[in-house]
Order: sequence, then structure tokens, then C-alpha cells
Amino acid sequence: MENLVNIFVKSVFIDNMIFAYFLGMCSYLAVSKTVKTSAGLGIAVIFVIGITVPVNYLIENYVLKEGALKWISPQLAEVDLSFLSFIMFIAVIASMVQLVEMIIEKFSPALYNSLGIFLPLIAVNCAILGAALFMQEREYSSIAEATSFGLGSGVGWFLAIVGIAAIREKIRYSNVPPPLRGLGITFIITGLMGIAFMSFMGIKL
Amino acid sequence: MKALRRYIDHIKPHFKKGGKFGKLQSTFEAFETFLFVPDKVTTSGTHIRDAIDMKRAMALVVIALIPALLFGMWNTGYQHFLAAGEARTFWQIFAFGLFKVFPILVVSYVTGLAIEFAFAQIRGHEVNEGFLVTGFLIPLIVPADIPLWMVAVATAFAVIIGKEVFGGSGMNILNPALTARAFLFFAYPSEMSGDLVWISGLKKGLAPDGFTGETILAQAAAGKTAFVNGLNELYTTRDMFLGTIPGSIGETSTLAILIGALILVYTGIGSWKIMLSVFTGGLFMGLILNLFAVNPYMELPAWEHLLLGGFAFGAVFMATDPVTASQTEKGKYIYGFLIGVLAILIRVLNPAYPEGVMLAILLMNVFAPLIDHYVVGANIRRRLKRAGFNAQSVKR
Repeated sequence: MENLVNIFVKSVFIDNMIFAYFLGMCSYLAVSKTVKTSAGLGIAVIFVIGITVPVNYLIENYVLKEGALKWISPQLAEVDLSFLSFIMFIAVIASMVQLVEMIIEKFSPALYNSLGIFLPLIAVNCAILGAALFMQEREYSSIAEATSFGLGSGVGWFLAIVGIAAIREKIRYSNVPPPLRGLGITFIITGLMGIAFMSFMGIKL
Repeated sequence: MKALRRYIDHIKPHFKKGGKFGKLQSTFEAFETFLFVPDKVTTSGTHIRDAIDMKRAMALVVIALIPALLFGMWNTGYQHFLAAGEARTFWQIFAFGLFKVFPILVVSYVTGLAIEFAFAQIRGHEVNEGFLVTGFLIPLIVPADIPLWMVAVATAFAVIIGKEVFGGSGMNILNPALTARAFLFFAYPSEMSGDLVWISGLKKGLAPDGFTGETILAQAAAGKTAFVNGLNELYTTRDMFLGTIPGSIGETSTLAILIGALILVYTGIGSWKIMLSVFTGGLFMGLILNLFAVNPYMELPAWEHLLLGGFAFGAVFMATDPVTASQTEKGKYIYGFLIGVLAILIRVLNPAYPEGVMLAILLMNVFAPLIDHYVVGANIRRRLKRAGFNAQSVKR
């Protein structure tokens, strides 16, 4: 149990998808204009990551990994399908995103409209594929750990995007130099937020 | 005085738009309002006249910082001669510190103000007084032996990236003085951390072998339970409170900082809510760590945490920065409390940073707008409910 909490906290703060790995930057920069929309997108990302990581974990461990197919018959113990992992992971993510899109369209048309193209684009959000690949690389020992890691990464991404959205709402009327308005200042803020998040680097859990 | 006023009025037209020095208008204006009360008369709207303007507010903060600065100067000299093993008079000690600290102050002011003035000219806004405080804070949060060019680089970084790109004073997200310190900390760690930097002259091999200049927090992080100075004398709680311990220039003396806190609270410039909640948060987290203590650092009494390192300084002078702190009254409690909690957490759990206050404040600076957003949202919903509206039906 303690282990699960550690993995969760670690993936929220220490290995934050945005500030430690700078993954998923495109929608982070583009959708962070208001807190409300970005909270919606953040929750969608938590949902997608929280489901795809454990699903991919199962696929990785029972289909793709070398020797993973042993449970079907001992003859398949030699088979190594890991070259398929990218395609499989992306397929899982894309179908998950379709599901989320349908749910949001049904229950919150307003959010659906404000997210626009970025909702289907979650499918190619690097943070989500990144989480699946980190899961593969770090070789979590159980599906519970993988789920905890997935949810943690999602929550970390959520925190980052609502944090920057609140800042962008605050500086909306600031006298930012014209060439920096919009994306430029957002990049600078992200960098400064990254400095602040450095406080967690090096904590061993 | 009258002659000066006449002279200023005489040259004033040159600095008007289209005049000979029209580009230097904001510089001129800064000096004029520095010397005289502005004679601007507004013609429309209702105004409230109040004696407190930005210049006075900033000047009051600087006054509140002076005890910490003076003590810092004395302590710089005191630690130096303690390490050297020489006995000196009070004034010799103070003079040594003065010659160490004053150049840092000058460099920080000159660099920062030069950039500030340049930006004001180019962008055509007034020169803001905000830097008066930032420039005073930067020398207080660096070690005494820091090379001056580093102070200059860090100040430039903080003023340009931390403040001017957002549109100048009042628009910044992160506290500029802390941005400068964070920049120094990550860019030049060898000058900002370790055992040798906190006492002036130690790096050049001033002290005899076996003399260590570790701060108390570094000793705690190393797992010691009894804290000693370089001469192996035990530190007492009185030392920690008065500040005769190694550390950054202005952060060591809790007493001097408390005097500053009194001035800030009495004049209403610093928010007592933030100060109180930072200390509460720190104490709270310290007690929790005491409860689960698995190593000597976690057993360090919670109240001692508040006296050590930059905790008090950060709580009083950094967290209360009205620009980067939470703006809502309820938000201030949350903001302060989280700073206290995080500062102690980072300090104790993160072996890379024995001092967590700076990063905790920066982190909460980042999240202050988010706290405000939700506090304001909750207020709106509560008032709508009180007024009998259905909160769901009103679009925010």
C-alpha cells in the first residue's frame, strides 16, 4: 500500500510529466487559456491515462513481452512481440480517447465545444504515450502499481495545466511586451514553474 | 530647495513628448517624483487621497529590512573572526561585514535599476519603485562571499525574466528576489551550498584544519543531534534566535526579522495572515515529522525549525510579497499554510536541498493564482446562494 502511495506521489510531483519531462506540451500550451476548459481537459487526460496505462500494462505483460505468451502454451515462450508495442499502445490510447470523446459530448456539450480539436488530439498527447512507455521501461511489478503510476501522471499533468491556466488568466491584462504575448510568455512561465518544481527533484521515496 | 524646483521646472519641457530628450521622459519623471511630491492634478472621477503611495510602501519595507541587514553585517564579521580565531572589537567586526555586504547591495541596486530604467524608457512606462525592495532583499539572501558578478547576473535574470517580461512591477508571477536566488542556486551551486560558503573567507583557507562552517541545517541533514560551531562549541537556542550562526547574510537572526515583521504588520504592509499561517504550517509539519521520526533530522523539535535557516526571513519578507502572494483573504491562509508545510517537507525529505523555504515559496507563488481562482469562485457561489439565485443557472 505504502509503495502505491509512493509511486503516486512520485509521479505527481517528482516525475511530473510537464515539468520534469516536458511531455504533452502541445495541448498544455494551447488549451490553457481558462481554468475551466483546462480543468476539463486535465480530467479527460487523467481518465485516459488512468485507463490506458493499466490496459497497456496487461497487453505488455501478457502479449508483447518476451515470453509473455507462455500462458497460452509453453511453445510460445520464445516469442517476442515487443516490436509491436508502439502500435498496440497507440491503438489502445486512440480507442480510449474515442470513448472519452463520446462521453464528454453526451454529458457536457459546452466543454466538448470549448476543447474543440484538442479532445481527439489527446490520442497523440505525448504525455499519454509517454506514460505507457515509462510503464514499460520501469517494469512495474503489478497492475496496481501501473494504475497508481498512470493516475499520478494524469494528476500531475492536471495540476500543471490548471496552474498555468490560472496564471494566464491573471496576466491577461498585464502589459506583456507585444512580441511575447501568447505563446512566448507561456513558455517563459512554464520555465519559471519548472524552477519552482525543481524543489521536488532528488526526493527519494 | 526652491532653486532646485525652479531648475527642474526649467528643464521639464525638454523631457516632454517631442522635446529634445523626449525618450528619457520616464527617467526624468522618476527623479522628479523622487525629489518632490508630484503636482499632477486629476480632472475627472472621484479619488481617494491617501498618504501611502508605492514609494512610501516600498520605503517602509526597506526600513523593516534594516535590522536584518545591520545584524547581517555584524554577523558576517563575527563569523569571519570566529573562524580566524582573532578577537576584535565590535566596530572592527561591523566594519568587516560592512565592506563585505555593502558592495553586494550596490551591485544589486545598480544592475537592477539600470535594467529597470532601460525598460521604462523603451517601453514607455513609469519607473516603478518595486525594485527598491527586491534590490535590498537580494543581498540578504546570498552568502557573504558570493562573487559580485554572480549577483549582477542573477539580478539581471530576475529583473528581466522574472519581472519585466510580464510588464514590470505588480505583474510578476514569481518573487524576483527569490527568482534571483533560485537562479544562483541552480546555476552556481558551488557558491551557494556546501559547508564552506557560509562564513566569509573560509573558502580561501582562512580557518585552521578541522574547522567546519556547516550550517545547523546541514548538520541536522547529516544526522547529527547536537549542533556545534566550527570550534566545537554547542549552539544554544539563544544563538539560533539571535542569529549568531552561519547562514545567508540576512536570514540568521530571528530577532531582527521579528522586529521587521512588527514594522510590516503595524504599518499594514505585510499581511499578518500570511506570516501567521506560514509559521503555523511549519510548526504543524514539524510536529507531524516528529511523530513519525525515523531519523535524527525528523526528530529536530518543530519550533527549532522555525528559528533555523531562512524560514523566518522567507515567512516575513518573501511570502508576504503582495504581488505574488494570494490576493484573497481566505486564499492567504491556504497559501501561507502550504508554504510552511512544503518548506519543512522539502527541507527534511529532500537530501539535495537542506534549505527548502525558497523553493516552497516559489512553488506556492506558482499556485497562488489557482488558489485565488477557486476562492473567488466559491465566494461568488456563496453570495449567489445567499441572494437566492440558483448557482447552476448563472454562467460564470
